[in-house]
Amino acid sequence: MLSQNEVRHVAELAKLELSEEEVERFGDQLSSILDYFEAIQEIDTSSVSPTPHILPLQNVMAEDRTEPSLSQEKALANAADHDDGYFRVRAIFEE
Amino acid sequence: MALSTISGDPTQLSLGECIEVLQRGDLASVDLCRELLDRIESIDPQIRAYLQVPADDLLHQAEQADRRRAEGDSRPLLGVPVAIKDVLSTADIETTAGSKILAGYNPPYTATAVQRLLDAGALILGKTNTDEFAMGSSTENSAFFPTRNPWNLNRVPGGSSGGSAAAVAAEMAPAALGTDTGGSVRQPASFCGVVGLKPSYGRVSRYGLIAYGSSLDQIGPLTRNVADAALLLETMAGPDSKDSTTVDRPISDLRAALNERVDGLRIGIPQSYFGEGLDPEVEAAVIQASRVLKDLGAELVDIEMTNAARALPVYYLVATAEASANLARFDGIRYGPRAASDDLLDTYRKTRGQGFGSEVKRRIMLGTYALSAGYYDAYYLKAQQVRTLIRQDFEAAFETVDLMLAPVSPTTAFKIGEKSQDPLAMLLADIYTVSINLAGNCAISVPCGFDSDGLPIGLQIIGPSFGEKTLLHAAHAYEQATEWSSHRPTLTPVAPDPNASAEDESYET
Repeated sequence: MLSQNEVRHVAELAKLELSEEEVERFGDQLSSILDYFEAIQEIDTSSVSPTPHILPLQNVMAEDRTEPSLSQEKALANAADHDDGYFRVRAIFEE
Repeated sequence: MALSTISGDPTQLSLGECIEVLQRGDLASVDLCRELLDRIESIDPQIRAYLQVPADDLLHQAEQADRRRAEGDSRPLLGVPVAIKDVLSTADIETTAGSKILAGYNPPYTATAVQRLLDAGALILGKTNTDEFAMGSSTENSAFFPTRNPWNLNRVPGGSSGGSAAAVAAEMAPAALGTDTGGSVRQPASFCGVVGLKPSYGRVSRYGLIAYGSSLDQIGPLTRNVADAALLLETMAGPDSKDSTTVDRPISDLRAALNERVDGLRIGIPQSYFGEGLDPEVEAAVIQASRVLKDLGAELVDIEMTNAARALPVYYLVATAEASANLARFDGIRYGPRAASDDLLDTYRKTRGQGFGSEVKRRIMLGTYALSAGYYDAYYLKAQQVRTLIRQDFEAAFETVDLMLAPVSPTTAFKIGEKSQDPLAMLLADIYTVSINLAGNCAISVPCGFDSDGLPIGLQIIGPSFGEKTLLHAAHAYEQATEWSSHRPTLTPVAPDPNASAEDESYET
């Protein structure tokens, strides 16, 4: 059901690097799971609205107030690479 | 102070009993903690429930708690150690969500639910093992090692809160916190013979819980008895400005309500949950449990929940779609190990490809696919529509009954490795629990017997949204009328084997 190209496409959307073996194995496994999910197609939902959220809450707001928050030091503490208060990353494009 | 004037082993004390002996002065917190640490050292090598046990900090804080008590501090959980599932952020204690992608992560803050226990005087005993990002039903998906069931070391403890359930069952913690997205508190509680409660969605703040499915996740206690679960829920529950999905619905006097009688309570038995696929011994135990409640004065009513029976695909489409968004933040930039790469996008691909385990990658891909252009309507939207029907099933049912009874899982604890090769088989283990998360109701697993292999069976009691008072008082009544909760697995301490490898069986699929 899921071709290897589709698997690669989805992996790219999710930014997951997969080995060839994973592409093949996941393709088989996801296909059998998706086959099982076909069961919900037969349920009549023509007049049913979706449930994005189960509580009757709307627009829960907080006051726009300045409060103490995470220090820069703490925010950077777990970073693999940081410099001068920034998270340092690879360039988006190769030079 | 004398080590202890209590008879028996302090590690056998329930949470409530710990509080009593500490308040009476029969035991100091530091001694209770030492006993538990000794037990963990002698028993956990066989079970592997714990990922982190910050022993020195714990003893230091226990001493402080003892000093504060002497000065008049009377907070309800003062000096009581609780184990915490490793998907909950704990400041200055490594938090991994069971994943290599968060190895070494030191949270700069503590989850609200945990903080509320700390504010009541509790101590963190350790961080417990979990399926990676709470995705799994056996704790075999932990990136580090599987946890074993204290009742039979060749069996899984259930998941994803397997570490927490095993710790409580093996008397390595008087109580623990777990999380439940599709059954992950209730099912391991059932497999390990302890009590596990999933509160109604909106009861307990999810701030600081590493999110899996944001519309499904709830933090819940795993304990030796229902009263302990009620106490922990009371301590944690309530609105939190840091979690806009929490609701202001008071939950006081839960423990007072526990002793109410069950006369006249109408309890629904959903017929579609019984029959094909359900182990006959599990079925027999649950039916026997229903008879106990009937003898106590409850009225049993057969009910139909047609859409809830199709909840599995709905759950997996909603949960994985939400997970694909929630896990997008793990990219090696702000926390966790970062893979070597040539450019930024490659940083993401390689970090995530290497850092996530197979089950997590599968679920991210499923969710991404369900949300992608061309498939959104057929999968995600459809699932959310069927979710509405499931909620309506529960709402309609709770107009005619006060509670429902069901099995927790189709089987008792399966063997390690038995289902890990077949992702679909593993998903089917959640069949009785996921609909409750989709509808947002509360539910509890209480021990109700053992199968012929000596493995625990759990009874699931389901309540309406925000119906914890009724749920807990019925669960308490059942527990008091039986003695399943007093059973303990027999474990002998083993000297750690210096030659044993944590990786001697491969769980990668």
